[in-house]
Amino acid sequence: MQAFTKLTSTCVPLPVENIDTDQIIPARFLKATSREGFGENLFRDWRYDAQGQAKADFVLNQSRYQGQILVAGKNFGCGSSREHAAWAIADYGFRVVVSSFFADIFKSNALNNGLLPVQVSDVFLEQLFAQLVQDPGTSVQVSLAEQSISCAVLGIREHFEINAFKKTCLLQGVDNLGYMLQQTEAIAAYEAAQEAAR
Amino acid sequence: MKQKNANPQTLFDKIWQRHIVKAAEGLPDLLYIDTHYIHEVTTPQAFAALRQRGLPVRRPDRTVATADHNVPTLNQHLPIQDALSKHQVDTLIQNCADFGIELYGLGHPNQGIVHVIGPELGITQPGKTIVCGDSHTSTHGAFGTIAFGIGTSEVAQVLATQCLLQYKPKQMRIQIDGTLGKGVLAKDIILYIIAQISASGATGYFVEYAGTTIEALSMEARMTICNMSIEMGARGGMIAPDQTTFDYLQGRPHAPQGKDWERALADWKTLPTDEGASYDQVLHFRAEDIAPMITYGTNPGMGIGIGQRIPTLAEVPPKEQASFEQSLAYMGLQAGSSLLGQKVDYVFVGSCTNARIEDLRLVAEFVKGKRKAPDVEVWIIPGSQQVARQAKAEQLDVIFREAGFELREPGCSACLGMNEDKVPAGKYCVSTSNRNFEGRQGPGARTLLASPLTAAAAAISGHIEDVREYVG
Repeated sequence: MQAFTKLTSTCVPLPVENIDTDQIIPARFLKATSREGFGENLFRDWRYDAQGQAKADFVLNQSRYQGQILVAGKNFGCGSSREHAAWAIADYGFRVVVSSFFADIFKSNALNNGLLPVQVSDVFLEQLFAQLVQDPGTSVQVSLAEQSISCAVLGIREHFEINAFKKTCLLQGVDNLGYMLQQTEAIAAYEAAQEAAR
Repeated sequence: MKQKNANPQTLFDKIWQRHIVKAAEGLPDLLYIDTHYIHEVTTPQAFAALRQRGLPVRRPDRTVATADHNVPTLNQHLPIQDALSKHQVDTLIQNCADFGIELYGLGHPNQGIVHVIGPELGITQPGKTIVCGDSHTSTHGAFGTIAFGIGTSEVAQVLATQCLLQYKPKQMRIQIDGTLGKGVLAKDIILYIIAQISASGATGYFVEYAGTTIEALSMEARMTICNMSIEMGARGGMIAPDQTTFDYLQGRPHAPQGKDWERALADWKTLPTDEGASYDQVLHFRAEDIAPMITYGTNPGMGIGIGQRIPTLAEVPPKEQASFEQSLAYMGLQAGSSLLGQKVDYVFVGSCTNARIEDLRLVAEFVKGKRKAPDVEVWIIPGSQQVARQAKAEQLDVIFREAGFELREPGCSACLGMNEDKVPAGKYCVSTSNRNFEGRQGPGARTLLASPLTAAAAAISGHIEDVREYVG
C-alpha cells in the first residue's frame, strides 16, 4: 500500500449526494480477477454514453478540472461493499476523497487501499464547491499527520477524524494483514478455548 | 428484553464480547469470525493476495463458497457463455480446490444466493459472527448474529487469520409495535423505515429490530428486514433469537443435533438484550402507519406509501434538490405525481431480499388462475436450488407457467445485472430486490422497489396498483 503523508492538489468537484458504488463502478465491470485497470471505467455511465462517447458535461471529461482530490456530495460510497469502487478511484489517480459524510464500508475499503476519505463539515463542503465553480484551479492542502484540510484561497481549515490505527497504517504504507499475522498465538488460544467450551 | 442484570448488555454487546481475540488500547478489537461466506466476485483478488504471501486459508472448515452474482439463470448445465463470467466462476472453483474450501457451485444441489443458502443449510446460527464480501450479509442478523459486509482486502484478512480488526460501532434499536395491515409485508416495513430515516440514517450504527411486529414475523420475513439494513447505511441489522428462530433451525443439515442441540439452545436463550441495556439511539414505529411501499427515486430511501404522491421540489430540503431532480429525470417521473397507474415493462421477483419460498408462495397465491399483462416480462428467480425444488414440489411452477411467468434457475440475476438478466434502458421494472440505483438493473434501467405482492399485482395488470384492493 502506498503511504500517505500530505498532499496539495487541485480538485475535481462532483456535487451529487448519495453517490453509490454502483455509479462509481457498475456491476458489469466487476468480472475482472485482478485489481488493475478499474480507473478506465470509473463513473462509467456518467462519463460515457451508450456508444462509448465521452459526455462533455461530466466533470471527468472537462479539462479545466484536474487533480488528485475528488470532492463529492454527502453520503459518498453508499450501497455495495465492492472494493472495486475504491480501486477505481485510486487507479484513476485520486488520493483523497472529500465529502461531508461517507458510507462505512467504502471508508474502510478506501483506507485499505491508500485512498484517504476526508470528512468535512457541510459548510466547508459548500464553500469549496462554490469556490471550484469560480476558480477550477483552486488547490486544497491535506495533511494526514495533522489531520487537517485547508484551502488557502478561501482561508478555511478543518480538522478531520481518522482512527489512530488506520492513520498509522496509512502514514507508514502498511496494511492490516501484517499486524494480524503477528497475532497467530492469540488466535490459536482463542480457538482452543472455543473448542474446549463445547 | 429478558434478564435483569447488574451490567445489562445488548444482544450485540454479548456476541461482540464473546468474539474478542485481543483488545488493546488505541487499537481496534481483533474479532474472531465464526463463518465466512464467499462468492466469485469479491474474492479472486483476496486469494491472489494469499498466494503472493504464500499463506494458507486458516480455517477452510469455517469458509463456505457458492457461485451466485455472475451466473446465468438459464441453462446452468451448459458452460457459461460470457468468457469473463466463466473465468471468474472457474477462478472460484480453482481457489476452493487449491485451498480446501467446500464449494456449492453450479450444478450442486445446495447452490444459490449466498445469503439464502447459509440460513437454509442451518450454517447461520444465533450468536455467531458472520462476514462476506457482500453488503447484504446483514441478512443473517435475522438469526441473532453479528453479520456484516466487508471489502476484498478484509476477505483476504479473514481467509488468512479468521479475524478482522474492528472498532465497535454505535448501536441503534428500532422498535416496531402493532399489527400490520392486510397486504403489508416485511419488505414494506423496511422500505418504510428507510424512507423515514433516509439512505444514510443509520450510518455508523448496528441496528437491532425489536417489538411485537418483529416478533410476529417468520424467519424469512425477518431476513428481508435485516437484508436491507445496509440501505439506510447500517453496518448490519439483527433480531433476537426466539422460538421462531429455533423452530426454523431445528433439523437443518448444519444445525446442532441431539445433546449438542440442547446445549446450543440453552446458550442461544441467554443472548437477547438484558432489561435496562442502553443503545446510542432508539427509534419507534407503529405497524399501523405502514402501507405497501414503492420507491420512485434512485436510492432506497426515496420511497412512498403506494397511495401517496412523490414529493414536490418545495418539499425537499434545498441542498438535496439537485440530487432529487437528477433522480426524477433519470426515472422519467414527475415531482408531486402518484405512481398508481404507472405503466410497468418488467417484473423481477428474486434477490437475497425476496427470493425465498415464502416470497414465491405469496406471488403464486396472488396470480393463481390469472394471466400476466401481455407487454410485461416477468422473471421469477428462486434464491437457491432448494427453493427451486420446493417451488416445483408445491407446483408453483405450474401456476407461474400458466400466468406466463418465467421461472428460471437460482442466482442474483437482475438484482445487479452482472449476468445476462438486464432491464433495457428506459424500461420500468417493479423489483423485489434491494437497490434502485441508476443502472443497477442494467444501464438506463428504471427500478421501482416493492414487495413480492405489489410485484405480483403489477405483473398481472401491467401497472402499479394498491394490493390492498385485492386482499381480503
